Amino acid sequence: MTSILILIPIALGMGLLGLVAFFWALRGGQFADLDGAAARILIDEDQPL
Amino acid sequence: MNAASARLAPAISRSVLAVPGMHCAGCMGKVERALVAVPGVASARANLTARTIAVDHTDAVEIPTLVAALAGAGFAAEPREDVLEPPSATRELLAPLAVAGFACMNVMLLSVSVWSGADGSTRDLFHWLSALIGAPAILYAGQPFFRSAWAALKRGRTNMDVPISIGVTLATGLSCYETLTGGKEAWFDGTLMLLLFLLAGRALDAMMRDRARAGVAALLRQAASGAMIIGADGQLRWTAAAALVPGMLMRVAAGERLAADGEIASGTGRFDQSLLTGESAPVPAGPGQRVLAGMLNLDAPVDVIVTAAGQGTALAEIAQAMEAAGQAKSAFVRIADRASRLYAPAVHTLAALSFAGWLIAGASFHQALVVGIAVLIITCPCALGLAVPVAQVVAAGALLKQGVMVKDGSAIERLAKVDRVLLDKTGTLTMGRPVPDAAVLDALSEEEASVALALASHSRHPLSQALALALAARDVRAATIEQVQETSGRGVSAMWRGLAVSLGRPAQSVGTSAALAIGAGPVRLIGFADRLRPDAKTALADLAGLGIQASILSGDNAAAVMVIARETGLTGQAAALPADKLDAIQRLQRAGKCVLMVGDGINDGPALAAADASIAPGSASDVGRQAADFVFTGDSLLALPRAVRASRRTMRVVRENFAAAILYNAFAVPLAMAGLVTPLMAAIAMATSSLIVVANSLRLTGAAR
Repeated sequence: MTSILILIPIALGMGLLGLVAFFWALRGGQFADLDGAAARILIDEDQPL
Repeated sequence: MNAASARLAPAISRSVLAVPGMHCAGCMGKVERALVAVPGVASARANLTARTIAVDHTDAVEIPTLVAALAGAGFAAEPREDVLEPPSATRELLAPLAVAGFACMNVMLLSVSVWSGADGSTRDLFHWLSALIGAPAILYAGQPFFRSAWAALKRGRTNMDVPISIGVTLATGLSCYETLTGGKEAWFDGTLMLLLFLLAGRALDAMMRDRARAGVAALLRQAASGAMIIGADGQLRWTAAAALVPGMLMRVAAGERLAADGEIASGTGRFDQSLLTGESAPVPAGPGQRVLAGMLNLDAPVDVIVTAAGQGTALAEIAQAMEAAGQAKSAFVRIADRASRLYAPAVHTLAALSFAGWLIAGASFHQALVVGIAVLIITCPCALGLAVPVAQVVAAGALLKQGVMVKDGSAIERLAKVDRVLLDKTGTLTMGRPVPDAAVLDALSEEEASVALALASHSRHPLSQALALALAARDVRAATIEQVQETSGRGVSAMWRGLAVSLGRPAQSVGTSAALAIGAGPVRLIGFADRLRPDAKTALADLAGLGIQASILSGDNAAAVMVIARETGLTGQAAALPADKLDAIQRLQRAGKCVLMVGDGINDGPALAAADASIAPGSASDVGRQAADFVFTGDSLLALPRAVRASRRTMRVVRENFAAAILYNAFAVPLAMAGLVTPLMAAIAMATSSLIVVANSLRLTGAAR
């Protein structure tokens, strides 16, 4: 029973952390351009040698 | 880009440019690199969804510099007008979705322990924890549904959100009561899962609308409209259409469109009014005659006194007719709402019946209430909520890949029912631009062709440009000509190997043509005609195969319509004014037909708005694109049968989804009414039925091929 008292707050805290991270990302505009994010991986930023 | 953003200058401002031509990773890279290379630009970030780019730059950098830099990279750009920015519903749904997801996962974690046999104080503790996470989360994440349900109830109607809200509220209330009294079963997990799935469906629906609207808005932004105004000091100044007022004198160059209605003050020219009436033959107009906004000046520059601008133009009147016609369409009831009209009363009756039945059978009030709420939860339209949006999103994505933009999910529903199609001629069935007669070009000698190309490439007249394009496509090399002179309204003349050569308006002509004269040799008459779109005949045959009868509805004169009618084998109505087109559609609708209108011009606007479904080519006027439900890019008319086929397949899948949801209910409801359903079973049933619906909808990925 005591282990539950420790483990549950940890589990909830971690979940809450994820939720906060999502809101932070949402506010930062990371969900503003989902198509662009998918395409960006293809941009070759490095200059050829 | 990182290096660029590091050298921050003191005063940074942000500008947003619309770049409609950006559609792949390569484009994004080019656009960003082109802008970062401009001195004073700190960073540039492209948004592919909205086709815009946000540029952080010092105040020393002006927007025209940025536009020029993009033009250098091959992209047309325009400062974004914020008025056109569509309000996005997605963002408001993402936060509730995230909260529902978070709460659902955590409550599920606790519920699993309860299901696997936690008892006594442990179960009570877990229920309390679930309530602490679940109740606030349900209140927050359920808001979109509560609001919509309340709005519907206030108007004395019901929609899908009413049973959802009632079910969610009752289930939460019961679960809180069970928690307080140390009861055996709480339903927080099921309620949250329900909200999670429903919100996912809503968010998908909203995302699809955003994407299509951003695409169409990007196209709209491409057309800058304004005019060169001759000021009191005689200087020419460019003025935006919105700033034009009656009494201003505007100079309309050859090849330019009028931005306002007016009266010609000086100069004579021929005007293409196909945008307004669909008539392809140019009409001459001289001093004192009225010209309308949207007309294209073909020949010489003319000065026009503005008589009406903005809302006062003939164009604006058409827009008003369009708005009125569009209101009829808003009466269309989406299939999901139709289903919910049947669904909501049925569900509530069943729940009330089980409640009453158990009471009569001698169960306690609490026990009867638990059964009634279990029925509500198990029948909550989880799969139903996903049935339509998921199918439509997948189909719209498939269509987008094939160059057809869908503006609204309900457009797919309406297009699927179409059994009659009316096609505009100019710009829809045809390319909407003059193309020289191929037979005449074949007959030209090599020298004649090369002289014609040289002359044509020296003029900006639309016919010259069309001729130059056609000759260049035939690998003709331009001859070397000297002393080139262009006389507006007459044509181009020059010297070639000591001979006087000219390309210009023929002395007498039938239809649209240009005369090529070389020295004293015979004059060659090159006829121009609007050409059918590629695949037009195949597309029409496909439509006929789908059981859709087609005919032409054009504002052009009878002779021009007849040529196309003969070529395509369709019947046609000619010389139709915008009001006539609207009338033709309403007549068919009264006869019980479901009409698809395909058109591009402003004159098609009211008809596009009134038809059950409408499609416009990407080359259409702003008004056409705005009024249409679908916009296809590219030249091929095959987009029409493709869109119809995809819509029909989508609706078939939607109906299958409904069938699956009903089948699920047929099994689950009797169990719930018998009082056999536990929260665990409800959770499993809900998740399974939703997954089945999503999997079935994913079959539409290839629907647009």
